[in-house]
Amino acid sequence: MRASLFITCYNDTLFPETGRAVVRLLERLGVTLDFHPQQTCCGQMHANTGFRAEAFSQAKRFVRLYRDTETVVIPSTSCVAMIRDQYPGLFEELGNEESRKDLLALLPRVLELSEFLIDKLGMDDVGAYFPHRVTYHASCHGLRGLHVGDRPFRLLSKVRGLELVALDNLDRCCGFGGTFSIKNAEVSSAMLSAKLRDMLSTGAEFCTALDNSCLMHLGGALHRQFAAMRTVHMAEILACTESAELPA
Amino acid sequence: MSAEHHSVVLDPRIAPPFPAAALPILRNSQLRKNVAHATDVIQAKRARLVAEKTDWQELRSAAAAIKNETLAHLDHYLAEFEANCTAAGGHVHWAADAAEARQIILQILRAENATEVIKIKTMTSAEIELNPALEAAGIHAVETDLAELILQLGDDQPSHIVAPALHVNRSQVREIFARRMGRTDLSDDPEALTAAARSYLRKKFLSVDAAISGANFLVAETGAVTIVESEGNGRMCLTLPRTLIALAGIEKVIPRFRDLEVFLQVLARSATGERMNPYSSLWTGVTPGDGPQNFHVVLLDNGRSPILARPVERQTLRCIRCAACQNTCPVYRQTGGHAYGSVYGGPIGAILTPQLMRMEHAQSLPYASSLCAACYEVCPVKINIPEVLIDLRAQVIDQERSKTDRAFDLMYVAMRVANGIFASAARFRLAQRLGRIALWPFTRKDGWIHALPSLGARWTMTRDLRGIPRESFRAWWAARPKVESRSGEKS
Repeated sequence: MRASLFITCYNDTLFPETGRAVVRLLERLGVTLDFHPQQTCCGQMHANTGFRAEAFSQAKRFVRLYRDTETVVIPSTSCVAMIRDQYPGLFEELGNEESRKDLLALLPRVLELSEFLIDKLGMDDVGAYFPHRVTYHASCHGLRGLHVGDRPFRLLSKVRGLELVALDNLDRCCGFGGTFSIKNAEVSSAMLSAKLRDMLSTGAEFCTALDNSCLMHLGGALHRQFAAMRTVHMAEILACTESAELPA
Repeated sequence: MSAEHHSVVLDPRIAPPFPAAALPILRNSQLRKNVAHATDVIQAKRARLVAEKTDWQELRSAAAAIKNETLAHLDHYLAEFEANCTAAGGHVHWAADAAEARQIILQILRAENATEVIKIKTMTSAEIELNPALEAAGIHAVETDLAELILQLGDDQPSHIVAPALHVNRSQVREIFARRMGRTDLSDDPEALTAAARSYLRKKFLSVDAAISGANFLVAETGAVTIVESEGNGRMCLTLPRTLIALAGIEKVIPRFRDLEVFLQVLARSATGERMNPYSSLWTGVTPGDGPQNFHVVLLDNGRSPILARPVERQTLRCIRCAACQNTCPVYRQTGGHAYGSVYGGPIGAILTPQLMRMEHAQSLPYASSLCAACYEVCPVKINIPEVLIDLRAQVIDQERSKTDRAFDLMYVAMRVANGIFASAARFRLAQRLGRIALWPFTRKDGWIHALPSLGARWTMTRDLRGIPRESFRAWWAARPKVESRSGEKS
């Protein structure tokens, strides 16, 4: 199995350990990974803020880079949702016939990490070991955009040693919302504090998700409060084994 | 309540932008508690009632399809409604904007020599700011919906589409009634409060000769008007006065009588978590010797037809005002409706208000959402609110592009610069390095940032930020020893 890793701009810059974990995990499972050195950003931030022309130029770039790729795997639910839900509209409005054909051919081959593991590799037990109490945060884009459904729970339930604690109000947004967290910082913070209350009441040591953008928000607040909980992308949990535990 | 009462402006032309309007509300713990409690209760009821319909998704699709068909031929169905309503003895008026609608209603009431008018279930009248115009003309409007009455007596504004006084709790209601009705003996028992309102309103129902209602649906096929309610006060307004005026947005028309089968099901379950509304009133024109003998329908455009012309935004007009989007919205949950600066708050308000204002005011509203899409999931007519929000944001940015002072808008400039960076991997690598250097003075030894200046302070006001690590993922990848096949079977 061969796949090309689109790491996303913010994972590349701010969360390289997530990328390294994806590589460790997928190579352990026998996947040959490529990394296109010309990749940058999917255009989500621009699209969601109203910069359509700019978002389209990044979308075009993505399709051009991956047009001939067998499978693209992306460890971010919101970037996959951007590509799947917003690219068609952008190409419809701003693209030409040929670019639309390329996009439609590529879309089914773009997969989020949990989709790749369960649907493409057909695995829910990836041989991971993580002896900790963990709660799972459902990113809105994973939940309502990609409909990842029970995939994250199937993956986590097969991790040896892991105790999964359910999070109340699982379907409620953490308040990040990209530039929303800046433009509406106060309301965003109010949403965040409600989410933190639910998270901390689980007594879990880790909060995990399939998207580092929510985790940057939640983790930043946990750090500010010296809370006894930290955030970790699910790829990093799944990459852990008895002989390779989570780096401190 | 009056002590901590914040001034509420529900006029998009003068209301403060959403983030500023939200601030005092975020500090009002009583209001936030009331809103969270009320939305929790309605949401739970809705979820239970929706779950018992095995064909819920089909009902949503049907409701959306009927509305789409109507909007595609709106001129036809409105003309059909006008013809059938007129044939049944009603008078149909067309109002291009709020001023014209106010004028029409005033003329009708003046012809009746009305000094008082009772009102029921009409948010649209708040949209056109009817009450102040009536008062100026010497006509006192009495709100008869219990929640609207509470707001009118409390000198407050609606904050929710279905339960306009949702931000007020019963002890606050007791205080308002005690003060305004002179009923110092009242307890905060809901039954006692309802009884007080009833005796206050009964006198009005029996003595006032003109009423103004809204409309949930206008049936083109028969000329019938429908309102649904929970209290029965609407029934009084619709049957007792001599003159009845129904004010309705043009998007309220549906083609056929049988379409109500779909809409009454999705509306009741979505709005109040009930199988059916306690009172569903339908009336057609005038019946001699029974009910109002003088019946008018005012069809209001007020910015609606330009929305029809935009393919993405058009779905906004499918809205049946159930408020399910408000109840589920995590933003609305924190702020309630007043922060949206319009009678239409919550996710639907965030898309409807800027459009009704022809994108001239309320530009902060399309950004008053984290795009979590909870609203889309519950919408009974499947309005893809996040999609419309994003499209409206694009319209706001397009306005921005033509402004000469855009070079001073930090966010605008940052987004333009970021686009240039993302256009090339080499530039992106350079930006990663420069970003790390720029953040270095703010980054503590533990690798975390606790305080940033300028826009960054909006983040660090409540959250730390991980500093940019020394080695990006791409740098790590490039430095890996090159192996021809890195499949798992490492030897």
